[in-house]
Amino acid sequence: MKHILEILDERRQAARLGGGQRRIDAQHKRGKLTARERIELLLDHGSFEEFDMFVQHRCVDFGMDQGEKIPGDGVVVGWGTINGRVVYVFAKDFTVLGGSLSETHAQKITKIQDMALRNRAPIIGLFDAGGARIQEGVAALGGYGEVFQRNVLASGVIPQISVIMGPCAGGDVYSPAMTDFIFMVKDTSYMFVTGPDVVKTVTNETVTAEELGGASVHATKSSIADKAYDNDLQALLQMRRLIDFLPASNTDEVPEWPTFDDCDRYDMSLNTIIPDNPNKPYDMKELITKVVDEGDFFEIQEAHAKNIVVGFGRLDGRTVGIVGNQPMVLAGVLDSDASRKAARFVRFCDAFNIPIVTFVDVPGFLPGTAQEYGGLIKHGAKLLFAYAEATVPKVTVITRKAFGGAYDVMASKHLRGDINYAWPTAQIAVMGAKGAVEIIFRQEMGDPEKIAERTKEYEDRFLSPFVAAERGYIDEVIQPFGTRKRVARALAMLRHKKLENPWKKHDNIPL
Amino acid sequence: MRPKLGKALDARARFSYNPPIQIPLVRTGAQMFKKILIANRGEIACRVIKTARKMGIKTVAVYSDADKDALHVDMADEAVHIGAPPAAESYLIIDKIIDACKKTGAEAVHPGYGFLSERAAFAEALKANGITFIGPNVGAIEAMGDKIESKKFANAAKVSTVPGFLGVIETPEEAVKIADGIGYPVILKASAGGGGKGMRIAHSREEVAEGFARAKSEAKSSFGDDRVFVEKFIVNPRHIEIQVLGDKHGNVIYLGERECSIQRRNQKVIEEAPSPLLDEATRKKMGEQAVALAKAVNYDSAGTVEFVAGQDKSFYFLEMNTRLQVEHPVTELITGIDLVEQMIRVAAGEPLAIKQEDVKLNGWAIESRIYAEDPTRNFLPSTGRLVKYRPPAEGRWDSITVRNDTGVFEGGEISIYYDPMIAKLVTHAGDRLVAIDAQARALDAFVIDGIRHNIPFLSSLMQHPRWRSGNLSTGFIAEEYPNGFAPLVAQGAVALRMAAVAAYVDNVYNQRKRRISNQMKQQKPVKFHDERTVALGRVQYQIELDESEGALLVRFVEGGQTHRLETDWIPGQPVWNGLIDGEGHSVQIRDIPNGFLISHAGVTVEARTFTRREAEIYNLMPEKKPADTSKSLLCPMPGLVKAIYVELGQELKAGDPLAMVEAMKMENVLRAERDVTVRTIKCKEGDSLAVDAVIMEFV
Repeated sequence: MKHILEILDERRQAARLGGGQRRIDAQHKRGKLTARERIELLLDHGSFEEFDMFVQHRCVDFGMDQGEKIPGDGVVVGWGTINGRVVYVFAKDFTVLGGSLSETHAQKITKIQDMALRNRAPIIGLFDAGGARIQEGVAALGGYGEVFQRNVLASGVIPQISVIMGPCAGGDVYSPAMTDFIFMVKDTSYMFVTGPDVVKTVTNETVTAEELGGASVHATKSSIADKAYDNDLQALLQMRRLIDFLPASNTDEVPEWPTFDDCDRYDMSLNTIIPDNPNKPYDMKELITKVVDEGDFFEIQEAHAKNIVVGFGRLDGRTVGIVGNQPMVLAGVLDSDASRKAARFVRFCDAFNIPIVTFVDVPGFLPGTAQEYGGLIKHGAKLLFAYAEATVPKVTVITRKAFGGAYDVMASKHLRGDINYAWPTAQIAVMGAKGAVEIIFRQEMGDPEKIAERTKEYEDRFLSPFVAAERGYIDEVIQPFGTRKRVARALAMLRHKKLENPWKKHDNIPL
Repeated sequence: MRPKLGKALDARARFSYNPPIQIPLVRTGAQMFKKILIANRGEIACRVIKTARKMGIKTVAVYSDADKDALHVDMADEAVHIGAPPAAESYLIIDKIIDACKKTGAEAVHPGYGFLSERAAFAEALKANGITFIGPNVGAIEAMGDKIESKKFANAAKVSTVPGFLGVIETPEEAVKIADGIGYPVILKASAGGGGKGMRIAHSREEVAEGFARAKSEAKSSFGDDRVFVEKFIVNPRHIEIQVLGDKHGNVIYLGERECSIQRRNQKVIEEAPSPLLDEATRKKMGEQAVALAKAVNYDSAGTVEFVAGQDKSFYFLEMNTRLQVEHPVTELITGIDLVEQMIRVAAGEPLAIKQEDVKLNGWAIESRIYAEDPTRNFLPSTGRLVKYRPPAEGRWDSITVRNDTGVFEGGEISIYYDPMIAKLVTHAGDRLVAIDAQARALDAFVIDGIRHNIPFLSSLMQHPRWRSGNLSTGFIAEEYPNGFAPLVAQGAVALRMAAVAAYVDNVYNQRKRRISNQMKQQKPVKFHDERTVALGRVQYQIELDESEGALLVRFVEGGQTHRLETDWIPGQPVWNGLIDGEGHSVQIRDIPNGFLISHAGVTVEARTFTRREAEIYNLMPEKKPADTSKSLLCPMPGLVKAIYVELGQELKAGDPLAMVEAMKMENVLRAERDVTVRTIKCKEGDSLAVDAVIMEFV
């Protein structure tokens, strides 16, 4: 018996070494960690339970039956806890056949995916791999398909998070693409469908892997990545922080912890955040961090479409999703990128019962051929659609401009906004005074004095929250300094909100 | 659901400044003002309003467009708008101030310092309109306003003056002859001068001859007045000034001295009272001479007689300032006399109720001027919104007094139009070193976000051994910081304290994580290691934590020492105030991803807290180098491009001027940091630039 126990120990030890010390060192030399090291950092100490440690591939082609077979087959899977809450994990092991995906490798992943979905807990995938195992051919492709299918079924049921910590190309990219969030590590990770060599052959374009699909490209330009981190450790510790914000599934409540921040806290400095000059910007993130608990804000897509800010915070210790127009960038205008970014975030929150707090200062949609040719109508509609279909508590605060169609889009009362507040500085109108007067009083354009008078008239009439408040489009005009208190109270009041959309197979959001 | 707070360690009772000694009220026929106007802005306007309010006098503020939401406007009973932001279009226009008085019925005007405070024409105009000037009579302002005139008065009053020649010097030969008589080194100065312009030091006859012509032409171009005089140059001088106080009944007393030797380019940075140089006899001598001078001009308000002092306690009259000084609080704290109150009383005609023998100097007071300027960028001004502004609590604990004279508030704006001073932080204690340590702690607790400020520099000064020893001279900053200010690096006890506080904060966060909802039931609560590793930058400390009677014990494995931390700090508070081994400390905490930005004792460092295993991994992570910005010249502050000195393709040596940017009326020349060749120029003269905008790029 004792001997048998020792054999288990030996086999485990061998399996844990993955591709061996030489490959582990090579991995470290690149500034990367091994799959097991990553899992160790991601999960609570000692909480990881590994499954399928001894799985081996079954391929016999192209010499794959020759030589030593390494247990684990390029992926480490299992479950553990993050601050006591269950999560499922798979981590590609670059030291074993470059982490390439075989039939058995895929089976390990799908096993964990099935468990996560069945048991309603988040799943986190750590990617660092060379794509499909070419020697296996279609068996590997089939494996991918199995993984994809499960990603889709789990979507909107449990949070799915992908962290790209090395190469991720070809078939490997589509599983992360279907998860809720993708995070990357700067300099050591890249993601693309076809690599630089193929690009060169097909389009004659010379490009490096970093330029084609590096972390900074995806976090800023393509919006594929929700954030890029400096290194593996930082990324993994931030994943722990993110999980603290997320419910385990779509039937679970948002996590809650004791807050040190008084919900009745006033912040007098908010009374001066709106500049006197309506053309001067201010930082919406200052408002956000002064409203949420302890200023703790987990921003999503910080570097992309900066004209809108989205992310997670807490009020009274419970998670909220925050969306805010950012006057510092493009005056906070809605363009295609901003609309898509916010729409996806709103839908995530709605899927997972996370209340949405919206701070509005939007001058409208961005005009121009670039936007119109780029499909602004349909992209803008995504955000409109997302807000309109959302049934979670929606609290909106209009701080300054809420002009035109963008007013409707930004969680207005008309899209079932539960509580819509406006600051006294709010201006709810079809457009700014200048533009409006130029249209209404076109025949008086030659007379600057009259136009100035008309402009003043328009400003007095519409550039305030009161016309909207008179109609009930604003529930209450509030003092800026009390914003935290009012929003927190509104959310507490909406805690047991029950609202259902008509039954449908699924909606048809303008993709 | 809110966790219980720990016991409060320091009572945060709000404090209103009360002089420690009571001045007897003298009943006279004089009628006290019912309403006064303060012809100033910022902290000094607020300061005057506080005293007026205490005396039951209504106050009127004046403000420019840029100040319409300013604190002084908020504090005053009434406020009158007087024009556009530039001072020349508002605060400096005499008629507008007089109109404001008439409109509001203000009977008197306190001018503060700067602006119109020393303009005889202003005092005269007020008089003509039947409004009292809370300051000296016109004759005294005029007599002391001119350097040569004031020296003549000083000589007549037997005040010790710098050996020199007061007459107008016509030729270089004459200047050399006079210099020979005085003895070298000598200094050539513009009669109408100030701010170092038109000044020249000469160590020999040749230098006098050469310097004379240049000083004269500089004087002409700077002040439109080419009169130049010669006097002895004091080596290693100290700046010591005597506060005097007079009334309209011929009484004048002195209230001890202030030393203001810590200056940066003639701008005072730190002031103290008393001076570590003076003894009782010298103090008396200086005080009596100052009084004699004040009496000679019938001085009838608060004023300051400035002296330059040698290290041998010799002293020479420099000039007299006929107004309230910026640094007056240090005198107030050691004498217990409210100078603004005295100015108002004597202006109303009351005789001084304080006799010279009533004036006792008690303890030591230190004042730091907190400026909106970036010490790491050669003290360039910084403007913008005060996203956070949390000065330390004012009040008196255990014989230590903290006072903060300020004119700004959280959410306010530092504009480009006025002096970049944000606040004057003053501490008082029984002796100098205790006052300095109290100042250091108050600086540690002073939170300013949104703009750059000089607190790290002030903190560094507070630790400087030469400053602490009191061995000062006006060259102190130039000598001790010859290459400018480089941020301090965490070391020694400071580093250990920062690491301990990081461990404390991390522990509070971890405790909370243990209480998140929906944890898995079939397992013990998540174990967080009591063994932690704190990284301050790349330096790591192995730490073990233990709790005992509401305190956290932090043991440093390497040195073996254990520190006891007690505090009522909770997450979200920007300052960790607490006791470390029974000693009070303040440490600032700002959250950054996976760590904290910790500021303490002039040091700011990124702190990260890890388990041992995480720390091991952390050491494997490659260090990310910050992006190379040396290939471009970035605008260091928001401002206007006044000049571009270079052309495309020009090759430059390190130190060559590249461009001039004007901000806050300061013209700042930007120079090449290394040898470069200009590749592109991204802006032109007259452009208005944001901070970090690219001005030009190099090859």
